[in-house]
Amino acid sequence: MSKPLIGVILGAVLGVFDGLTAWFEPTVRNQLGGIVVGSTIKGIIAGVAIGFFAKKFHSLPIGILFGILVGAFLASLVAIMQGAHYLQIILPGAIVGLIVGFATQKYGAADKHGLVTDPR
Amino acid sequence: MKWLSDDKLNHLRNVVSEPDFGATKYTFVKELGRGGMGAVYLAEDRELDRLVAIKVLNTPETTEDLRNRMVREAQIIARLEHPGIVPVHDVGTLPDGRIYYAMKYVRGSRLDEYATQGASLRDRLRKFQAVCDAVAFAHAHGVIHRDLKPQNIMIGSFGEVLVLDWGVAKLLAGENMSYSSYTTYSHAADTSDGTVIGTQNYMSPEQARGEIDQLDERADVYSLGAVLQFLLNDQPKVSKGAQAVCAKAMSQTKESRYATASDLSADVGRLLDAEPVSAYRENAFERVSRWVSKNRFLVLLVLAYLLMRIFLIFTSRR
Repeated sequence: MSKPLIGVILGAVLGVFDGLTAWFEPTVRNQLGGIVVGSTIKGIIAGVAIGFFAKKFHSLPIGILFGILVGAFLASLVAIMQGAHYLQIILPGAIVGLIVGFATQKYGAADKHGLVTDPR
Repeated sequence: MKWLSDDKLNHLRNVVSEPDFGATKYTFVKELGRGGMGAVYLAEDRELDRLVAIKVLNTPETTEDLRNRMVREAQIIARLEHPGIVPVHDVGTLPDGRIYYAMKYVRGSRLDEYATQGASLRDRLRKFQAVCDAVAFAHAHGVIHRDLKPQNIMIGSFGEVLVLDWGVAKLLAGENMSYSSYTTYSHAADTSDGTVIGTQNYMSPEQARGEIDQLDERADVYSLGAVLQFLLNDQPKVSKGAQAVCAKAMSQTKESRYATASDLSADVGRLLDAEPVSAYRENAFERVSRWVSKNRFLVLLVLAYLLMRIFLIFTSRR
């Protein structure tokens, strides 16, 4: 399995889960469908970006850092659009990025011509 | 008359038993060990200024048959050029008529000694896989070792693995005719039907019964299984997969064993990669626990994420 594909699958699964947790917030429960779709798309975009990064750069710490930044950035956009729940949106988004960053560095077929910055 | 002390007598005995390398380019250093067929000495190659291990027949009256076996052993090893097989540098005859051959001197420890030095299970499996690969190479060249055991495997100072003592190796039938000289020796040597060659606990049942004609690669696979068993014996936690690999390699019937040493090596590789082995069918629970154990960090990350999510849900409700 390629690294971008791993990123997409993991990003989508965690995105769906992330969206579904909105059910516990009574004020937004009626918008659950839109939140799940939006969260899944966010996860997929993050997964693709982190997966392609992992394909080109083979380094666990840099991959994780990149994942956190991408996850946090995309979540920040969502939080800014919402204008509320900053911590509840950005923190999980960053952690999803961390997980996808780790998984894409650890698993999947690497690009043979990729830049190895960490021989592990 | 003055009597010689025991020390002096022992010294004289040792000097007499030392091989005379005078007519060769080697200088005797010390004896390394003795086996059924010969003794191995450490010597210095004066021309190339390096240490070598020299195997010499330890019986003063060398029969033609034994000589043939020595030469055959040297030729077989010389033919097997592989990093896991100790290379032969030279073959010759000493002034007293005994045959010797000079091999690479391997610094390090035998596998049985290595196992007592606290090597981890992973390291043991990696070394064992290297042994399997060397043996598979020999098999691919039509040679079976027939005496694989921890004492015949050396671990070099840099972790290199070398299979030694090919003295009772056998050429498989149907081997390339360009090796006809070996075939001649094979018939001449004392490997006729009914002769038991090998080491107890490490030899296959068919080998123990002296069924020489029945021996093939799978006899070595059995011995490899016994070596693996030896390496796992003192390990506190051995997976069912590893036990199954041993059991399959050491099956009583050769048809039930791994067909080749490469197949055994592949299963050991799967053990190292925490993947399912061909020798053992896992149930769903074992499959999940193996996956979790292999991907422990990822599972921990996801669990941390879930905990954080739950924490955020409850804090936002307050």
